[in-house]
Amino acid sequence: MTDSSLPKAFPKSLPRRGVNVAPEALIRLLVLLAGVALLVVGLLFPLFAMLVKSVQDRSGDFIGLANFIRYFQTPALVNSIANSLSVALMATVSVVSLAFLCAYGITRTCMPGKRLFRMLAILPILAPSLLPAISLVYLFGNQGFLRDVLAGHSIYGPIGIVMGMSFWIFPHALMLLTTALTNSDARLYEAAEALGTPKWRTFLTITLPGVRYGLISCLFVVFTLAITDFGVPKIIGGQFSVLATDVYRQVVGQQNFQMGAVVSVILLLPAVLSFIVDRWIQRRQVAQLSARAVPWQPTPSPLRDWTFALLCYAVAGIILLVIGTAVYASLIQFWPYNLSFTLQHYTFQGLGGGGWGAWFNSLKLAFSVALIGTLVIFFNAWLIEKSEGYRPLRQGLHFMAMLPMAVPGMVLGLAYIFFFNQAGNPLNWLYGTMAILVLNTLVHFYTVCHLTSVTALKQLDPEFEAVGASLKVPFWTTFSRVTLPVSLPAVLDISVYLFVNAMTTVSAVVFLYNSDTRLASVAVLHLDEAGYFASAAAMAVLIFLTSLVVKLLHAALTHVLLNNAQRWRQAG
Amino acid sequence: MPTFHRFVQPTLVAGAVALALSSAAHATELTVYTAVESDDLQKYAERFNAAHPDITINWVRDSTGVITARLLAEKNNPQADVIWGLAATSLLVLEEEDMLARYAPEGVDNLDAKFVDPAYQDGEDPAWVGMDAWVAAICYNTIEGERHGVPMPASWEDLTQPEYAGHVIMPNPNSSGTGYLDVASWLQLWGEEQGWEYMDRLHNNIARYTHSGSAPCSLAATGEAVIGVSFAFRAARLKSQGAPIEVVFPEEGLGWDMEAAAIVEGTNKLDAAQTLMDWIVSREANELYNEGYAVVAYPGVAQPIENYPSDITDRMIDADFQWAAVNRERVLAEWQRRYDGKTEQ
Repeated sequence: MTDSSLPKAFPKSLPRRGVNVAPEALIRLLVLLAGVALLVVGLLFPLFAMLVKSVQDRSGDFIGLANFIRYFQTPALVNSIANSLSVALMATVSVVSLAFLCAYGITRTCMPGKRLFRMLAILPILAPSLLPAISLVYLFGNQGFLRDVLAGHSIYGPIGIVMGMSFWIFPHALMLLTTALTNSDARLYEAAEALGTPKWRTFLTITLPGVRYGLISCLFVVFTLAITDFGVPKIIGGQFSVLATDVYRQVVGQQNFQMGAVVSVILLLPAVLSFIVDRWIQRRQVAQLSARAVPWQPTPSPLRDWTFALLCYAVAGIILLVIGTAVYASLIQFWPYNLSFTLQHYTFQGLGGGGWGAWFNSLKLAFSVALIGTLVIFFNAWLIEKSEGYRPLRQGLHFMAMLPMAVPGMVLGLAYIFFFNQAGNPLNWLYGTMAILVLNTLVHFYTVCHLTSVTALKQLDPEFEAVGASLKVPFWTTFSRVTLPVSLPAVLDISVYLFVNAMTTVSAVVFLYNSDTRLASVAVLHLDEAGYFASAAAMAVLIFLTSLVVKLLHAALTHVLLNNAQRWRQAG
Repeated sequence: MPTFHRFVQPTLVAGAVALALSSAAHATELTVYTAVESDDLQKYAERFNAAHPDITINWVRDSTGVITARLLAEKNNPQADVIWGLAATSLLVLEEEDMLARYAPEGVDNLDAKFVDPAYQDGEDPAWVGMDAWVAAICYNTIEGERHGVPMPASWEDLTQPEYAGHVIMPNPNSSGTGYLDVASWLQLWGEEQGWEYMDRLHNNIARYTHSGSAPCSLAATGEAVIGVSFAFRAARLKSQGAPIEVVFPEEGLGWDMEAAAIVEGTNKLDAAQTLMDWIVSREANELYNEGYAVVAYPGVAQPIENYPSDITDRMIDADFQWAAVNRERVLAEWQRRYDGKTEQ
């Protein structure tokens, strides 16, 4: 890159004498330390406090593993381990096989309506996981219009849990598998065809091995999401208890914080295990696709294309049915005996739970997390990727940025109580404020944003920083004038991801809200607990619509950006 | 006179400024823990604020068991200033832990003596004052009952008959005050041994145990269950809203508990807390309670309520709150040991 091709972002009038090298290095060190401090305070300390709590009695004395022994001697609690494992396994198998077929349809066939399907398939992410559970009661409950499908089995229990989880986890699996199936080498398929290999054999020997890492990674991600999910079993679990709901019942229902900590530690194990496996796989996957690979393009084949199209449309139809049911439930006067339409359930008048105030709080939280989180996470990723020196510190920060993915929301929320509500903690004032909800949500969803940032930053030429440094422009100017603007699409992706998750999450924040900071997702839970099912559906729909609007704005904005400000992308 | 003037004027000004500051900028905020039904909370705060606009109430509401457990857990670092609307059995437990600040609200003598901490009769200030009684009731969905061939029950004993299997929902006594008053009343009606034996048989017919005392009746009202063991307030209200339910008051007698109020020991807003307590025992407040509850603490206030039987006081059992409070932890532990497998999360 020559001087003349420098982006306009470096105005000629910039003070050439620059900033003294020493202070800049010092500032660099300080911001790095600030990033580390954020994750130490927001993640490591609380987790440590939780581990400590699990080996203490009520008065705070160390009692070794006594709590764990008591846990394993209480059948009602131990049963939850097997329950959790079984529903998580069932959900994993059904979600991954269905998502694989749909992803195959998208990437390896010429089925019509791919774009529409992909748009519809993403919808479940925009709703809290409580929404499908509420819908399933209306669909398959004792009054449900599809109850005969279950042939006398109750929707309250494992069947409902697996169905509800499958609904909201499906988009995650579909995205992972679509990515995995997109990377293909046409040369292998041509060779197979030339050798007269039967289709099924090609599938077993080329397609499956090609996506094996993506598939295994997807299996573990889905399993982790399923075993740590709280919303679905809470609403529709009936008498079937799982680990995540046990944490809630021990802590909120009985204020038995020690036992809550014990269940949390147990819930942490499968999540940590799948995290380790996933990391190991990610490392292997790098060398899989050679630079000479030619992307494979499907050729039309009506029978195959329409088979996959019908399957995908059926899935999209189910998604629309579930969301539509929640909308319908929220508009009905008194289901199932008075089916006239009304908007009264959207007034939330005098139902507790916070009503529209809770929705407004959720908006505040979502906007704060989106704004602060995006800047902090992207800036930290940039420090890790693009700066020099302090290598151990940068590696440490990167490692810590990967950890939140392995920490279930219930566990993180409870850990925050233990750490921030200690009388001696100087950060005690945060407890019960909106700020702690922002910090918690930011940390909870840190990893995916970090990975997105790193991917985007790796695509940028490292010479931007080199040139900036040689011109003696301070690093924060390079960051704000060059790196941030060119990475705008990724930055927008991160912010909308944070916004939607802050809107819909319930597992961590259910322990941390107080009377001023009630959230919409928590309100859904409380309305359902108190028996206001229609209003619970209304609040869930409200969250869904809010996320949908933001997602559409994001899509429009990205479209405009890519067409105008980011035209340089196509040039390269 | 000049001396007097010189003295009075600045004092007046300072006083006026202080007054303006305290009322305008610093409306006192009280954190009030409650298990009052959430449809009524806003109304409670509004009526109180009509008389005392300078005190803001921040509600923390959950089911009885949750609020009780939370108060106990916060014992060393109390967050609540006042408790307004929690089961008397729970307040007795808190009193036992010395967590309540004794105070005789202005006008407490107007209340029926049964609704005031018995210590008051011995000359001490009461640790708590009662508001109203909430009474067990069964919600029976007539449409679903006919469809499933499940007849309307008349007694608690009926619920253990085989035709009710899988059609009965009741609240979990660990989280729900209504659930606990049911369990405590059965144990008092029939004695411990027969009481547990009854619950063993009932358990076989229970579809599931819910978090709140309202949910069973709401589930019966929407036809998700035929029978919900709940309480009269929710049953009457849902029936008024057009739910196809009959409210059954079992013939053996109705368990009940008192909703009561107290100041939390250690609050640094004692003045505001006492103002609230004075209002809580007022005639106006009792008229408010009477909008949902047939039996209230202030004699002569109660008007009959739609869908309540007129002889409800006669049907209430002779409940021993002291017994229910002292045995609360033991009874709940035993209940968990026997039935926890069927609890809704």
